[in-house]
Amino acid sequence: MSRPEPVLLARINTPDSASLETYRRDGGYEALRKALSMAPEEVINEVKDSGLRGRGGAGFPTGLKWTFLPKGHPGPIYLAINADESEPGTFNNRILMEQDPHQIIEGIAISCYAIKSNCSYLYLRYEYGKSYRALEKAIQECYAAGILGDNVLGTGFKLDVVLHRGAAAYICGEETGLIESLEGKRAWPRIKPPFPAIEGLFRKPTIVNNIETMACVKQILQRGAAWFKSVGVPPDPNNPRDAGSFGPKLYCLSGHVNKPGCYEVPLGITARELIEEYGGGVPNGRQIKAVVPGGISMGFLSASELDTPLDFNGPGKVGCLGLGTAAVVVIDDSASMVDVLYNCCRFFSHESCGQCTPCREGTAWMTKIMYRIRSGQGELRDLDLLMEVASSIGIIPGTTICGLSDGAAWPVKNAIKKFRGEFEDYIKAGKSSIKPAELVAAH
Amino acid sequence: MAVLSESIRERIKALYSKYPTRQAITLPALHMVQDEMRYVPLEAVKEIAELLELHPAEVHDTLSFYGFFKDEAHKLGKHRVWVCRSISCVLRGGEELLAHLCEKYHVHPGQQTADGKMTLEFAECLGACEGAPCILVDDNCEMNMTPESAEALVDKL
Repeated sequence: MSRPEPVLLARINTPDSASLETYRRDGGYEALRKALSMAPEEVINEVKDSGLRGRGGAGFPTGLKWTFLPKGHPGPIYLAINADESEPGTFNNRILMEQDPHQIIEGIAISCYAIKSNCSYLYLRYEYGKSYRALEKAIQECYAAGILGDNVLGTGFKLDVVLHRGAAAYICGEETGLIESLEGKRAWPRIKPPFPAIEGLFRKPTIVNNIETMACVKQILQRGAAWFKSVGVPPDPNNPRDAGSFGPKLYCLSGHVNKPGCYEVPLGITARELIEEYGGGVPNGRQIKAVVPGGISMGFLSASELDTPLDFNGPGKVGCLGLGTAAVVVIDDSASMVDVLYNCCRFFSHESCGQCTPCREGTAWMTKIMYRIRSGQGELRDLDLLMEVASSIGIIPGTTICGLSDGAAWPVKNAIKKFRGEFEDYIKAGKSSIKPAELVAAH
Repeated sequence: MAVLSESIRERIKALYSKYPTRQAITLPALHMVQDEMRYVPLEAVKEIAELLELHPAEVHDTLSFYGFFKDEAHKLGKHRVWVCRSISCVLRGGEELLAHLCEKYHVHPGQQTADGKMTLEFAECLGACEGAPCILVDDNCEMNMTPESAEALVDKL
């Protein structure tokens, strides 16, 4: 199969890719110059026409989100960049920030101009030290070169970009949790409405966008909306609510695969193609048991669902929550789904912010029940209990403020529905798979 | 006596112009204090609150949300070593890696070694899954770790 030339990742692994000098040599900031010569509304229309949907997980159309800002607002309007990438399996934003920070800053500058914002806060998860240093250096280079500051590229447009480090909490990736955290508070997500576009950061109209989305914006301005729309999958004619899955996507491949990595592929590749053609298949001749389609909160594909296209529509058709972050984690038949599910439950229980009782208690109880099963003390009825808890937490059943516990519920629902036999066999055998190693590290 | 160094005070004040509210400087200020002192003393909470024109309880409210920040009883060693325990790492030996380091350095996750050189912790996904299992040393990520290479890394600290 011939692989399409990468665009978002074109400069990755090239010498000195993070510097302004090489970025400019490769035509950097020309898309910004072009945007600045257009009216802001024209830039928004270009992004709308491209069909770009947010790359952070929810897949909301970016241009449409921008139009939700109040018209004629006196300002300030903020652009908050969500670089709190924490969904297990996801690392595409890290690669962009570490290796091509100017592509991100250019996307931010274009977006700010489009939404008439003079200030962007980039909320970066603390763990990304290398990204922090790359972005910090790139921002300084931009101020020195007149790309940021009071007179962007001599046009009189004013723009500040402020880098803000988080403190290791998954919930800060939820957009209103991020806003609260940026304001210096506990990262408790807000009840919506009002949505951030109306009342967000510092109670001002705010757009929250993902890092990869910013890279896409820069490429759309450079290459045109038509180019972006020529890549990916058009809307499903049988689904009037499908906005299509256009553009290239950075898929993160990890787990039991020969060549883990971040691959830029047109949206719509199937899980099987991605794993076999890009990931080099599963090591040691093993068989795939399950695949996480887009971060663990999206649930699991079973081995019979590997031909599912990984676009915004595909995973949902086989019972997953969605495409999520397109973080594909391969689980081979040497792994136990009981162990895998326990790991997922423990993650969400650890990361629940504790604000809503159903999430705080539900994620904790699911973890306890999974631990009981893992330790050989489970009963068959525990599976129904897990399903009952999973079905009652989240914004889908309407019991929580944010979607964290929908993400906690989905792997549980998918695993028990698609791998019930394995769970039943495990429980009936009454054995524990907890490794001595884990007991050493337990605290 | 003031616990915030003059340098921290200056660095906090330098951020005033970057945010429309002073409260937004809470996390940056807490980072500065913990980086230097290895925990956040209550006295520092009071002094940060004074600078940011907040009630100390507001600063403490934020601090206590993030398990990242430590109080005196959980003071950090000179370095923090985090071992990822999320799915991609665990599929490739993350739990064993954490257990190995616990045994080798006689600590449980969250504790520091007797010589104060490092605090060993578990982390949720560090976002370096292509190099699983990975660990974070302070804020530098190290990928494709084995028990041996992780040990060598810690011994060099």
